[in-house]
Amino acid sequence: MSRVIVDPVTRIEGHLRIEAEVDGGTVRDAWSSSTMFRGIEIILKGRDPRDAWAFTQRICGVCTTVHAIASIRAVENAIGASPPPNARLLRNLIIGAQAVQDHVIHFYHLHALDWVDIVSALSADPRKTSALAESISDWPLSSPKYFAGVRDRVKGFVDRGQLGPFANAYWGHPAYRLPPEANLMAVAHYLEALDWQREFIKLHAVLGGKNPHLQSFLVGGMATPVDPNSQAALNAGTVAELKQLVAKARDFVARVYIPDLLAVASFYKDWAGHGRGVGNYLAYGEYPEDDNAKAALFLPGGVIRGRDLSKLEPFDQQKVTENVAHSWYQYQQGDQTSLHPFQGETTPSYSGPTPPYEQLDTDKKYSWLKSPRYDGQPMEVGPLARMLVAYVSGHARAKELVGAVLKQLNVGPDALFSTLGRVAARGIETLVLAEKMDAWVDGLAANMAAGELRIHDNSKWDPSSWPADASGAGFHEAPRGALGHWVQIHNGTISNYQCVVPSTWNAGPRDAAGRRGPYEEALLGTPVADPQRPIEILRTVHSFDPCMACGVHVVDIGRRELAQVRVV
Amino acid sequence: MSRKRGWLAAELERRGVSRREFMGFCGAMAAALSLPEGVAAQIAAAVQKTEKPVLLWLEFQDCAGNTESFLRASRPTAAEVILDLLSVDYHETIMAAAGHQAEENRDGVVKQRAGRYIAIVEGSIPTGANGAYCTIGGRSALDIARTVCGNAAATVAMGTCATFGGLPAASPNPTGALSVADAVPGVKNLINLSACPANVENLTALLVYYLTFKRWPPLDHYRRPLFAYGKSIHDNCERRAHYDAGQYVEAWGDAGHRAGHCLYKMGCKGPATFQNCPNVKWNGGTNWPIGCGHPCIGCSEPDFWDRMTPFYQHLTGVPGFGIASDIDKIGAVAVMGVGAAFAGHGLIQLMKRAGDKAEPLKPKAPTKGESS
Repeated sequence: MSRVIVDPVTRIEGHLRIEAEVDGGTVRDAWSSSTMFRGIEIILKGRDPRDAWAFTQRICGVCTTVHAIASIRAVENAIGASPPPNARLLRNLIIGAQAVQDHVIHFYHLHALDWVDIVSALSADPRKTSALAESISDWPLSSPKYFAGVRDRVKGFVDRGQLGPFANAYWGHPAYRLPPEANLMAVAHYLEALDWQREFIKLHAVLGGKNPHLQSFLVGGMATPVDPNSQAALNAGTVAELKQLVAKARDFVARVYIPDLLAVASFYKDWAGHGRGVGNYLAYGEYPEDDNAKAALFLPGGVIRGRDLSKLEPFDQQKVTENVAHSWYQYQQGDQTSLHPFQGETTPSYSGPTPPYEQLDTDKKYSWLKSPRYDGQPMEVGPLARMLVAYVSGHARAKELVGAVLKQLNVGPDALFSTLGRVAARGIETLVLAEKMDAWVDGLAANMAAGELRIHDNSKWDPSSWPADASGAGFHEAPRGALGHWVQIHNGTISNYQCVVPSTWNAGPRDAAGRRGPYEEALLGTPVADPQRPIEILRTVHSFDPCMACGVHVVDIGRRELAQVRVV
Repeated sequence: MSRKRGWLAAELERRGVSRREFMGFCGAMAAALSLPEGVAAQIAAAVQKTEKPVLLWLEFQDCAGNTESFLRASRPTAAEVILDLLSVDYHETIMAAAGHQAEENRDGVVKQRAGRYIAIVEGSIPTGANGAYCTIGGRSALDIARTVCGNAAATVAMGTCATFGGLPAASPNPTGALSVADAVPGVKNLINLSACPANVENLTALLVYYLTFKRWPPLDHYRRPLFAYGKSIHDNCERRAHYDAGQYVEAWGDAGHRAGHCLYKMGCKGPATFQNCPNVKWNGGTNWPIGCGHPCIGCSEPDFWDRMTPFYQHLTGVPGFGIASDIDKIGAVAVMGVGAAFAGHGLIQLMKRAGDKAEPLKPKAPTKGESS
């Protein structure tokens, strides 16, 4: 039995440490630790709730929209503001673009190098690479000359002797299984995706001024004026620009990302048998399609337990609790208790080894993440949870695509509960959203045509229009999963703020009952051919798309009752 | 390690970037840096001669927003090539290696190239809990920063967290977060690129400046390059004429808002904020916050989370409100009215700016127990 420690886990957002017990070439136990803490909720106390979105947005610069969206929804819920239809459409476009861009970056720039060996690509035959590329897609950049150019470019890079970010990786590891031609094709698309993400995300600059950290959010609406007769507002020209950006995104996803995903997956089908995880899935749902308080959602929410795809439970936020038995915090009533976010308390209390340290005492507290639980059970959140919930709910397009992918890979639905299943679900979701975005642009154009130019509910902007005490919750599906913010406002300022976020659900440590979090559970049984080069551990952890800065925010002091809670 | 002369020319050719496009880039860089025309050729020559400088990118109490900004480098076509000029030997978000292999890459550079690499720091550095609020490979952020920045030829603090402490250092600074300047005093050639996040165009311009002239650009009092932070947002704002004419947005979505009037009354901090957003804009010149109808929040200024909030409360006491006015006066007075609790501190910061002499940043103790 040996302990394998991966710290820093790279190609993620934030600071993550994995410790694993490996015996006989297999992970027998695992611990997930987050090693960075800022305390943003403490900082929020006493501030103007209309400012909160900018603070929480900085929880994460990768998923740069998600905490802004959850925050404005929570405050709107508390003060009773009703964003007009244009604001909903602009938000849907921003949220959808975030998900599409984030998923593509994850596949190519954060996850691909776990499956793709760049060094092997150097020995690829450009002709065979071209034949391979043309057999899976009609994407035009596929000539032998093109791939020869990419190969020579990479070779030139290697020959200069400065490998930069590609130095000292696991190249040549026996777990890499793609032929040189598939590696070269993937490397070419790694580089193309780098250009693509930069261009596509201009959609955020159009609607939000800049990316990262868009700056057009407002409690009660959006700050981006809509007026077909103004050059200082979203107009017909903007509509054309948005349509073009969305069309290019859809094209890249359908003709590059999805074919690559299927091609790579076909060489790693055994990874449908690894990384199964806790088997419970939670989604809040996203993309309101109307402006009612209980709006219909394009992607549905719900809870699946024990991998049972015959049943979908409605989400009940009263069943969310957090536990700190293995987290560097203290609860007044003892660390074995579990508290609902409304009663949540967080007193940071570091009890781990003084740095520098070699190993954490994983029998005790070992992470800055808390352990969220739903009805006492750990839950996996993210694209897999969303696509499973959509599948069970009968979402037509999701169902069709899940079926097509399973058929193409010649595997059954059980293969979804795995490392490979997460990778596939992320791709499927990207396509579903990329196809949908055009309709939101059309909605915006239709509103302009009809003279519906409102972007903001001015009636609740002035704090004097708010009750002395107000509280609310905002829910959102971030790229990495279900996200909730809870806010309490007293005399116009924040008296309490709390977030329960995707990477806390997925990456959290064991709870008081000793139940592992989703990362920890998913690592069980993962093969490790060489403990010095544990690429297999990275594969499973990366399949969740870790975002640790999001995970560790959880500081909430004091305990208060929330008068009114509504699932948005 | 090869030092091929002219490898970049070959590289450009391989990528289908013409000589003309490359010279266009150098010209754009020269313009961004306000340099005379003939300098483009000098930039081109310098860039092609140089071995790729080694860069270590450290992430501490960060959100990776500056990393994402870095990935958006977009203009002109050759910008990606120019980023290839750097050998990014350590960057947790993009590097292939993980765990101890990743640390080896970082530590190897510090050991073998001491004094000959550039460090970039993203995020603040916590001093509380003996450093346990941020550890990487079991080592505290402070420990790593001392070693890596202490041995670097230069350190670039990218973003407001690394430059001024930023969000983690906002009142009441629960983790004792500090800027690089305060956490590692005396670090050699520290350049601050503030903003949340910093604009990648300014990072590119800074590095090209260094490669071309073998020295770092003139800095303001906060050690920020004058070419990017020398003028206020308000001075260069496309809506300035509306300010001068007294045309203001009064409510979100009103006729003035749709017509692009001045956002002063909605809380714009442009008069008190120094950065080149109106000129270089964001995402390849696509847009910027005021361009999309939202006020500037002052994100490039020290302690902006405390001094510039509430964000939607308008600046007060602006002399010459409604007419063209001296920007330093506007800056000095304006912020005093924002957030009374922080006005005193803000004034001190602005008084520092008012002088002309460059002086090293003084270490700032984390604020504790303040309430907002």
